Amino acid sequence: MAAIDSTREPKWVQILLTALALLVLALFLVLPLASVILQALAKGWGRSLNVLENQDTLSAIRLTLEVASISVPLNLIFGLAASWAVAKFSFPGKSLLVSLIEIPFSVSPVISGLIFVLLFGLHGLVGPWLAQHDIKIIFALPALVLATVFVTFPFVARELIPLMEEQGRDEEEAALVLGASGFRTFWSVTLPNVRWGLLYGVLLCNARAMGEFGAVSVVSGHVRGLTNTLPLHVEILYNDYDFVGAFTAASILALLALVTLALKTAVEWWHRDELASARH
Amino acid sequence: MITANTISKRFGSFQALDSVSINVKKGRLVALLGPSGSGKTTLLRIFAGLDDADSGELIIDGLNANGLKAKDRQVGFVFQHYALFRHMTVADNIAFGLKVRKGPDRLSKSVIQGKVDDLLKLVQLSGLAKRYPSQLSGGQRQRVALARALAVEPRLLLLDEPFGALDAQVRKDLRRWLRRLHDEMGLTSIFVTHDQEEALELADTVVVMNNGRIEQIGSPAEIYDHPATPFVFQFLGNANRLEGIVKSGEAFTHGWSWPAHGLPDGPAVVFLRPHEIDLNSSRIDAQAAKIRHPLILGPIVRAELEMPDGRFIEVELSREEFQSINPNEESLVKVAPKRLTVFAGSIMSTPNLGGSQEGDDYEI
Amino acid sequence: MSKSPRWRAASILPGFGLTAGYAVTYLSLIVLLPLSVLLLKAANLSFDQWLTLLSDKRVLAALRLSFGGALAAGFLDTVLGLLVAWVLVRYTFPGRKIADALVDLPFALPTAVAGIALTALYAQNGWIGQLFVPFGIKIAFTPVGVVVAMTFIGLPFVIRTVEPILQDLDLDVEEAAASLGASRLQTFIYVLLPSLAPALMAGFSLATARAVGEYGSVIFIAGNMPGVSEIAPLLIITKLEQYDYNGAAAIAVIMLAISFSLLLGVNILSRKTRSGAP
Repeated sequence: MAAIDSTREPKWVQILLTALALLVLALFLVLPLASVILQALAKGWGRSLNVLENQDTLSAIRLTLEVASISVPLNLIFGLAASWAVAKFSFPGKSLLVSLIEIPFSVSPVISGLIFVLLFGLHGLVGPWLAQHDIKIIFALPALVLATVFVTFPFVARELIPLMEEQGRDEEEAALVLGASGFRTFWSVTLPNVRWGLLYGVLLCNARAMGEFGAVSVVSGHVRGLTNTLPLHVEILYNDYDFVGAFTAASILALLALVTLALKTAVEWWHRDELASARH
Repeated sequence: MITANTISKRFGSFQALDSVSINVKKGRLVALLGPSGSGKTTLLRIFAGLDDADSGELIIDGLNANGLKAKDRQVGFVFQHYALFRHMTVADNIAFGLKVRKGPDRLSKSVIQGKVDDLLKLVQLSGLAKRYPSQLSGGQRQRVALARALAVEPRLLLLDEPFGALDAQVRKDLRRWLRRLHDEMGLTSIFVTHDQEEALELADTVVVMNNGRIEQIGSPAEIYDHPATPFVFQFLGNANRLEGIVKSGEAFTHGWSWPAHGLPDGPAVVFLRPHEIDLNSSRIDAQAAKIRHPLILGPIVRAELEMPDGRFIEVELSREEFQSINPNEESLVKVAPKRLTVFAGSIMSTPNLGGSQEGDDYEI
Repeated sequence: MSKSPRWRAASILPGFGLTAGYAVTYLSLIVLLPLSVLLLKAANLSFDQWLTLLSDKRVLAALRLSFGGALAAGFLDTVLGLLVAWVLVRYTFPGRKIADALVDLPFALPTAVAGIALTALYAQNGWIGQLFVPFGIKIAFTPVGVVVAMTFIGLPFVIRTVEPILQDLDLDVEEAAASLGASRLQTFIYVLLPSLAPALMAGFSLATARAVGEYGSVIFIAGNMPGVSEIAPLLIITKLEQYDYNGAAAIAVIMLAISFSLLLGVNILSRKTRSGAP
C-alpha cells in the first residue's frame, strides 16, 4: 500500500491536473468541433439543408470524392509496392528510400502545391509546352490529384513498412516452397497478414485527401462549381460572409473526420497487434 | 538422392560454407549437427532452394538442381519457427500446397479434404482442423508445420531445428515420434540441430559441421567412438582436454601412458571423458588423486579430481560407484583412464570449445 | 549456378525488381522531381536578388511570424501536451478512452474546418473571444490568434510522442525517490522530467515544424496584414499570384531549409530517446 501511495500525487492534485487537462482538451479540441456544428445550425435546419442542395456545394462534394478516389488507390498501390520491396528484401539505400518517402510529411501544404505550379503552371517548366498542346493540368483535376497525391504520399507506406518488417519473410518462404507463385503468395499470405494496417493507412490517407486545403488551394484556380473541392468551397462561402453555408459545408467535413477517428480508434482497439509497432 | 558438390556460400565477408560436399542416400534420416555459424542451416536452405550457393553443384535424383526454383523441387521444408500462415486455419495451412497446384495437377476439393484429414490423423491432431495457429501449443504447431510439408508428397523432407523452441519433455516425445514417422514412411529426411543428443538419438547418419566445413560424417556410433577431429570429440559430450606427448607410438599424459599407433612423435592433445575414469585402478601408472566438491545429481555424481601435479580433472560416476569408494576429504583414490583419445598436434592449436554448446537462435 | 547480384542479398521471394522499380519511379515523379524544380527555380535568383529578398521587410515579418509563432506554439504545446499526456496515462476517469481518441482530432480534421472554427471561437463575438474583450485583448486577426491556431495543430504531436514514453516508465525509480525522501514534485522535476526530456524535445520539434508550414488552420484567424499578421505561406501564394515564381520558390526553400533542420534534430533526439529511455 505504501509503495503505491509513494508514486501517486495527493488526490487534490490529481483532480486539479485532470480538470486542467480536460479543460485544455475542451478548449482546443471539443469547442472548435462544437462551434462548427452549432454555427451551421445557427439559422435553423432549413438553411443548412439548403446549402447541401446547392449546385456548387454538390459539385464540390463530387470533386472531393473524385480526387480522393483517384489519389488514395494510387498511394495504396505505391504503399504496397514500397513495403514489399523494403520489408522482404535487403538492399543498399533502403533506409534512404524510407526517409525519402517521409518527405511530404515535412513539407508545408502551400509548398506542396507550389512545386506543381512551378512545374506545370503558365510560367512553369513545362507550362508553355502544355499550353501549346492545350493540355490543362494546373487549375484542373490533374493538378488537384497531383497535389493531393503528394500530400498523402506516405500514409499507407509508413503504416505497412514497419508492419511487414515485423512479420518477416518466413511465411512467404514457406508458401513458395509449397509451390505457390509470387503473386499467389502475396495475395493469400502477405495481404491477409497486413489487412488491418492497410485499412488504417487507407483511412488516414483518405481523411487527409478529402480534407486537404493548402495544397489544392494553390493549384486550383478556385472556379466555383468546377475546380473547388469541398474544403475550398468552405473558404469561398466564408469569404462571401455566408457563414451558415461555410459551416454547413464544414460540418460535412467534420463529420467525415469524426467517422475517420471512430473507425481508426476501433481498428486500434481491436487489432492493436496487427498494426505497425510504431503506433502507441 | 541429393548430392552437394563443393558448395560454397558467403554472406558479405562471412564464409558460411566452404567447399562442402555431401551425398545423402535415399530413405536416410540425416542430421546436420554443429554450433551456431557452422553453416548447417545455410546448407539446408540451399537444398531447399531458399538460398543460392555462390559456387558448386547441387544434384537431386540425378538431375542438376542448380537453377531449379524452390517450388519446383518437390521438397518439404519445416521452418524453425514453424512459419504457419497465421490467418488460415490448421486445415487451410495443411491444404495450401495442394490448393496452389495448377493445371493438370489440380485436385478436387474433396480429394484435398481427404488428404488433409489423413494428414491430421497422421500427426494426431484430428480434432483441431478449424483452429488457428495462435490457439495451438508449440508442439501442436510443429506438427501442423510437418503435416503441411508432407501434404505435397515431397521426395525430400528438410527440417530446420524442428524442436528447438519446445519444452524438454515435448522435445523428447516429438523426437521419438519423428523417428517412428520416418521409419513408417521411408522419406529421405535431413534435419538441422545443435543438440548432439538429438542428433545421436535420431539420425542414421550424422554430419558434424563447423565453420562452414564438414568435420566428420558417420553413424552416431562411429562418430562418438571414433571422432575424427578434436572438434568432433568435444562437441559430442563433455571432455577433459589434456596436454601430452607422443613418443614411439605411445602417448603420455599426467603420468599415464596409452597406445597411440600411427601418430607422429611430438605434442598431442589427449581427451578423457569424465565417465571413462577408473577410480580404483590397479594399473602401474595409476595416479593418486583427491576427490573434491562432489555434486550429487540424481543417479550420477560429478566431482573434480585433484591430480598430483595440482591440475583438476572432471569425473563423472554412478551413485553406487561413488558410495562404494566412500571417500572423505582427505582420502586418495587411484585414478587411471578407461579410455583415452589422442590427436596429434599442440594443445594451442586446438581451440577449447568450452563447457556447453550454445543455442542457435540466429543461424545464418 | 544462378548467381544473385552481389549487391543484394539473394532472396527467393519474387517481385523485387517490379516493386522496387515502381516505388522508386513513383517516388521520383511525384516527390523528387517537383522538389528539385523548386530548388532550380530558387537557384534562378542571383545573389543580389537573394539579398534583396532577405532584407525585404515584408518577407522578414512573414518569416518572423511563421517561425516565431510556431516556436511559441511549440512551447505551449509542450507544456499543455505533457499535462494532457500525464493525465491520460496516469489517471483514470470516466471518458478517458474517448478523450484519448479525441487527441487525434487535429490530425483528422480538415485544416479549413479547423481554421473557420477557431476563428469563430476566438473572434470578439466568439464564445472564447468575448471573454477577453473586457481586458482589451484581441485574439482573432492578430498574431495571438495565429499562435492559438498553431497550438491546436501541434498538440497531438507532443501528446502522442510523450505518451508511449510515459507508459514505459518504470515505477521503480519513483518509488526509490520517494523512499529517499523526495516529495512528488521533487520526484517529478528531478527524476521524471529528465527522462521525458528527449520525448518532449522531439514532440516540440514535430509540433513546431508542422506549425511553421501550416496554412488552412491559420489563414482564417490570421489578420493577413502584410508586415503584421501575414504568415509566410500566404506570402508565397501572393508572390505566385504576381507570377514571381522565383521569389515564391526562394521563400519556400528558406522555409524548407529551416523545417528540415528542425526535423533532423528530431531524428537525432529520437535516437537518443530510444537508447536512453529508462
